[in-house]
Amino acid sequence: MNRGDVIEFHLDTRSGVSPYLQVVHQVRHALRLGLLLEGDQLPTVKEVVAHLAINPNTVLKAYKELEHAGLVAARPGIGTFVTKTLSDSSLAAHGPLRQELQRWLGKARRAGLDDESIEALFRDCFRSALDEGVA
Amino acid sequence: MIRFAWRQFRVQAAVAVGALLVIAVVLAITGPYLVSVYDASVATCRANRGSSATCMNGVANTYHFLQGALDALVLVVPALIGIFWGAPLVAREFEAGTFRLAWTQSVTRSRWLATKFGVIGLSSMAIAGLLSLMITWWNSPVDSVNANRFSPATFALRGLVPIGYAAFALAFGVTAGLLIRRTLPAMVATLVGFVFVRIGTTYWVRPHLFAPMHEASAITSSSVVGYGSTGTIFFGSGPSTVQLAAPNIPNAWIYSTQIVDGAGHVAGPQLVSSICPFLGHGGPGGRGGGAGHTEAPASAVQGLQECGARLGTKFHELLTYQPASRYWAFQWSELAIFLAVALIVFCYCVWRVRRRPA
Amino acid sequence: MTAVLDTEGLTKRYGRRSALSDCTLSIPSGHVVGLVGPNGAGKTTLLHLAVGLLQPTSGTIEVLGSRPAESPAQLGRVGFVAQETPTYEALSVADHLNFGAWLNPSFDAEMAGRRIDELGLDLRQKAGHLSGGQRAQLALTLAIAKRPELLILDEPVAGLDPLARRAFLQYLMESVAEHELSVILSSHLVADLERVCDYLVVLVASHVQVVGEVEGLLASHYRLSGPRRDPSSLPSSQEVIESSHTERQSTMLVRIESPILDPAWTVEEVSLEDLVLAYMGRASDAGRVQRRSGRAFR
Repeated sequence: MNRGDVIEFHLDTRSGVSPYLQVVHQVRHALRLGLLLEGDQLPTVKEVVAHLAINPNTVLKAYKELEHAGLVAARPGIGTFVTKTLSDSSLAAHGPLRQELQRWLGKARRAGLDDESIEALFRDCFRSALDEGVA
Repeated sequence: MIRFAWRQFRVQAAVAVGALLVIAVVLAITGPYLVSVYDASVATCRANRGSSATCMNGVANTYHFLQGALDALVLVVPALIGIFWGAPLVAREFEAGTFRLAWTQSVTRSRWLATKFGVIGLSSMAIAGLLSLMITWWNSPVDSVNANRFSPATFALRGLVPIGYAAFALAFGVTAGLLIRRTLPAMVATLVGFVFVRIGTTYWVRPHLFAPMHEASAITSSSVVGYGSTGTIFFGSGPSTVQLAAPNIPNAWIYSTQIVDGAGHVAGPQLVSSICPFLGHGGPGGRGGGAGHTEAPASAVQGLQECGARLGTKFHELLTYQPASRYWAFQWSELAIFLAVALIVFCYCVWRVRRRPA
Repeated sequence: MTAVLDTEGLTKRYGRRSALSDCTLSIPSGHVVGLVGPNGAGKTTLLHLAVGLLQPTSGTIEVLGSRPAESPAQLGRVGFVAQETPTYEALSVADHLNFGAWLNPSFDAEMAGRRIDELGLDLRQKAGHLSGGQRAQLALTLAIAKRPELLILDEPVAGLDPLARRAFLQYLMESVAEHELSVILSSHLVADLERVCDYLVVLVASHVQVVGEVEGLLASHYRLSGPRRDPSSLPSSQEVIESSHTERQSTMLVRIESPILDPAWTVEEVSLEDLVLAYMGRASDAGRVQRRSGRAFR
């Protein structure tokens, strides 16, 4: 169909997250999971808005932010291309980390915590770790 | 814009052309027969030396229904053009909201209206002209027998004037649609307005286009042919007075025949009654206006002749008329008037459409 | 950057009734502008003034730097689709494409034809037999194929089913991206516009209530909730748009110029819909007060 076969965006209108941020997050997510590799072309602004029916300025803003973060580069007249992935160093660590997390989740459930408590506990730790500058 | 105006007009044009073709075929089939009846009647009349009125009647009776239908058609077609082509031209676009589409393209409103008006206007004139041409041609035997083409009834149904009527009716319809903005009321307004103008021109404008001629002649015993009231369907019956023999001027437009004295004063009904007091009592008289011929019994005829002789001593007959030679002058004048008015109305519409409506 | 729409004290009155009052706007180019307001607010009046279908009672209006409908050239720079997408019912889709080409020198017939193909419309189909969504797409195609600089759409998606609505907006946004169009579209529902607009004009009861870039508006309006407080006790840099109170709690929607420092408040972001509703509520309250005070004087 179009070159956007590499990645297709979707919009969650009820998430409260602004559309341009959703696009940024989805690109970063794809980069992290290795779905987008260096040299891949992002869908054109025209392709994205033709699919999502959102304002082109939204997509431009998202791509600009990604460019600012050094993840993509725009080549005028040709398109926007990925320059750096997020996954190279950390992807290897994903496997063992995932296993540890699954073990911890099992422990939490056996201790009797329900879904909400698990999430609250995790968020609390995550935030305080942030404050301590660890994360 | 011209191409689009044609596209919008396509169906109506096709209907009109189709109808014209049908009529043309009918006239082509029946025309020659009518001519042959005429030729035969002429031959018969010459052979018999009979009174021309009755021996040529055959022509007038041939295709009598068709004659009437064709006359009705020429009468009605200009009005139909105004009502069905003129009134909806702008009003339909207002009603359907399509003016919001048409007036936001790269064409000014004036050009839009002028083009549509022009395309339909020229077509209307062509249709009316062709129709009139065909019917005038077909009726030439009948018209030469009746010799009445200058009379108010037939003048409007022949020659050039239907072209003017069509152009004017269209202009009137478009204006009505533009101002009223609803198709149906605009159609009604067009019908009423057009009828009024046509009647008005026939009775109040046409007679004054050229000063009529006058001719005086003596009143003899054979001049008086009846006694009764005259009148038209519009103005009602007048008082009873003598009726003079119709003058024999074929194809002229007779305004009036009057009884006048030496000084030019018209003799009124009371004066005539005082001179011929024996008329109007018991004896049959001619009733109704115009060309009714009632053959009166011998006693009445003597009374009429006596009256004629008495009148002839002091009065003469004054004929007011337009000679037949002026027929085409009248046709061209009336055509010019209607076309000029249509043009003025056209310019008004093209100017008026630029005013932003609510 | 020139303004696509520039009005100064623009007013349209019908007798005693004001359809649009003292409207002063300057809308920059390069945006998709949403014109929001309840029915009867004056949206259609404003748009019709912009395309020259109406004449102002007072005030001025300029579109792309000229008076609306001033010349064929100016008419060619603005595309318009009226409410309920009027089309010539008896004419076919192909006739409409011809209409566009014959009446607009700048018409891109090839693009229009391609788009009709993509839509799957039958060229011979009469416009009167098309569905509402198909007619809207046809009208939009005609307006866009004219290659205007500004596209004005009056309630284009009202009355369209969700699928048709999505398809319409997809095509619209694709065209905006491809041709760098400016767009002004009106609706009485914010939800229709939220996805696509980056500039907002709120019109209520013939008056403009709020104007600005969506991003800026969302960054300057917040919902404050906390212990019961009198709205007038807030500092002047915080304009209360809407407030509601219970015995113990107050909730207010405010417009701020500087960050909120008072710890008593819980500060939340607002959605565009909440923002518009708040302004609409304020306008109708003002109207009610006006009518009530008017009555008191009789």
